[in-house]
Amino acid sequence: MCTGRIEPEFIIKAFKSGADGVLILGCHPGDCHYKEGNYKALRRFHLLRKVLIQFGIEEERLKLDWVSASEADKFVNVVNEMVETVKKLGPLKKESFVA
Amino acid sequence: MPKPKVAFYWCASCGGCEEAVVDLAEDILKVVEAVEFVLWPVAMDFKIKDIESINDGEIAVSFINGAIRTSEQEHIAKLLRRKSQLIVAFGSCAHLGGTPGLANFTDRKKIFDWVYLKAPSVINPEGTIPLQKTTTIHGELTLPEFYNSVFTVDQFIETDYYLPGCAPPPDLIIKAIEAILYRNLPEKGTVLAPDKALCDSCNRRDSKPEKSVIKEIKRVHEVLIDPEKCFLDQGIICLGPATRDGCGQRCINANMPCRGCFGPTSRVQDQGAKFLSALASIIDINNEEEIKKIIDSIADPAGIFYYYALPASMLRRRI
Ligand code: SF4
Ligand code: SF4
Ligand code: FES
Repeated sequence: MCTGRIEPEFIIKAFKSGADGVLILGCHPGDCHYKEGNYKALRRFHLLRKVLIQFGIEEERLKLDWVSASEADKFVNVVNEMVETVKKLGPLKKESFVA
Repeated sequence: MPKPKVAFYWCASCGGCEEAVVDLAEDILKVVEAVEFVLWPVAMDFKIKDIESINDGEIAVSFINGAIRTSEQEHIAKLLRRKSQLIVAFGSCAHLGGTPGLANFTDRKKIFDWVYLKAPSVINPEGTIPLQKTTTIHGELTLPEFYNSVFTVDQFIETDYYLPGCAPPPDLIIKAIEAILYRNLPEKGTVLAPDKALCDSCNRRDSKPEKSVIKEIKRVHEVLIDPEKCFLDQGIICLGPATRDGCGQRCINANMPCRGCFGPTSRVQDQGAKFLSALASIIDINNEEEIKKIIDSIADPAGIFYYYALPASMLRRRI
């Protein structure tokens, strides 16, 4: 799925459903199959991050990066880094959303 | 035939919804003639025990306005649910949480600290804050519990219909009352307003941007607003794309952008996220540093995107 199709609603739903972090990986700028999808994603990402901070969700829990299908090493590194980050942060206290 | 019984109740609200009913002008007389009011605190003197003594299901319809923030509001909402055939969440606060729902960005403790201790106009050397129970020489006094969050009506009771808006406009109220009186109602759970976006009937829609055009975001007091052009095209945040139609473009016609009081259409779960998506799509900047800059220029994005619908949103409140 092109990152341009990732609605902020999907990400919020992931957090609400129990995700402690969300990682969006897209094609490098200039490589998007739909030309501009990843730029749109980049704008949504930064705006959503700012909004999530207002909700008390640490900004590191949402990450966007560019990884092409041939960059296996980068993929592994980015995922490992994200896992480390989220482990350090610990679980998101989602039960407090409804209290 | 006895007239149908109707109740009108307010929870966490400003009184504007009550005003909206009075605004029905002559039409209110038709309503008053057709029904029997059993509860309407703003206009008539009834006691809770009057409601308690009514048979379950005997009230034809209860209109509840205001969000739910206290145990008393919860109690009365539940009582009305039991006594009524239909519950209509009346106005933005009952429907979505409304502007009182913005308090979900903070919590009870911070609110009490500010209101009773820290606000500059407060003189409270003993640091007294409201307690649910206080013992005095005259006995025990009680107050309702003030919840940590603001809730929509349907987060506590089954809600049959929603009349959206801050406040709902007269034409929609009359239509809803007629539909109830003549039993001409849509499917349960329906929001009694058109199920399309406000932009769809906005007279500025011809200039609404279809692709990226925004290079700068401005606030209403910072610019001279062109009364003909779409607000978004002028770089002013307008929630029209994420908001349900039906208000008659009240704000737009007053040359003010929409803040979303009608809530989203049925296809959208989270009004704030939907608008966020729409806005980010039409920003005409691709350079990451520049993107950060324009986003930083938006003061309080969560507060604007969830102006009326924070308690009804997916996350409901700040952690
Ligand atoms: S964004 Fe606002 S001004 Fe523009 S078409 Fe929609 S409702 Fe009208
Ligand atoms: S323009 Fe928007 S905020 Fe204003 S009344 Fe209509 S729906 Fe509500
Ligand atoms: S196809 Fe658009 S980001 Fe990959």
